[in-house]
Amino acid sequence: MVTLQFVPYTEIESLSSIGRIRKLLNIAKENKIVLLQGRLKKEEEAELIKTTMEEVNKDFKGIELAVIYPEQKKKKDSAFNAMRNTVVNYVLGDRAGFTIIGPATIVKQIKQDPDKIELLTEEAKRKKTKKQKHNI
Amino acid sequence: MLSIVKKFINKVFSNVFRVKKHVKLGLYGPPNGGKTTLANRICQDWLGENMGSVSNIAHETREIQIKEQINIKKDGKELSFNLVDTPGIATKIDYEDFLKHGMKEKDAKVRAKEATKGVIDSIKWLDDMDAVIIVLDSTKNPYSQVNVTIIGNLEARKIPVLICANKTDLKKSDVKKIKAAFPQYDVVPISAKYAKGMEEFYEGLFVLVGK
Repeated sequence: MVTLQFVPYTEIESLSSIGRIRKLLNIAKENKIVLLQGRLKKEEEAELIKTTMEEVNKDFKGIELAVIYPEQKKKKDSAFNAMRNTVVNYVLGDRAGFTIIGPATIVKQIKQDPDKIELLTEEAKRKKTKKQKHNI
Repeated sequence: MLSIVKKFINKVFSNVFRVKKHVKLGLYGPPNGGKTTLANRICQDWLGENMGSVSNIAHETREIQIKEQINIKKDGKELSFNLVDTPGIATKIDYEDFLKHGMKEKDAKVRAKEATKGVIDSIKWLDDMDAVIIVLDSTKNPYSQVNVTIIGNLEARKIPVLICANKTDLKKSDVKKIKAAFPQYDVVPISAKYAKGMEEFYEGLFVLVGK
């Protein structure tokens, strides 16, 4: 069974960068997949990877990470859509889009392409060959 | 005051002779993209020696490696830089992945531990770079968050970026997909292993460092 925990942006909004990373990583370390509304800052994403590596041990192998946000598609958009996205980003800030953080022991791979995300999960080590695919 | 005058003179002269000195040029990317193969190619081309060992097993480079004072001369232009080869950035490292390559458990655990430290060091070094070459395996999906995060961080730090779509010698290579994924950056297709596209790469390097 795979558990997804939704984290609304309001839950991390008032936290410091370290606090945000700690909160999200703690959930992932409980073997839950984090579904965060919005995204971390770019520097926080790198810091999340760094902190994750610092905590890798025999039980925690790391994370799989994916972010989907409107800005990613801006080059392909028309002028009107680009302007609309700018307004949406201005109003919503980092709340636009969403972030998925899954523990590597549960989420084998995340395929991003770029506005579709596929999670390849692996149930348990004893069922190594059995992979499940979830489209988001 | 004297240092300001000295800096001004240096700047004027470096522009006149088109020489940029002591540029710290970083090679970044996910594991097994071919960073060290490219580093070796550059070092072979201009120094006649290799920089580091390469392997099919991920995380072969687990420590920052620096080759100082590489001088490139092309079409009357000259570029001098320190090349920094970094360990591949990953979000997960499992020693069991190394066992699949026939590695002993003890060695695999050591490699995994060193690899995690390598990722931490790579991220710490991001701030020290003057320009960065992102080396991507063009046979793989470029829309990985590691790629986006590295490039996003460099953008935030205003560090110029050149993307190398490596391994173009392989059938599955898809340079168009990399260009589509990062349309705002220059993408140079290369095969570092077989020295293909290196002329275009060096031209791109001059443009990158000139930014």
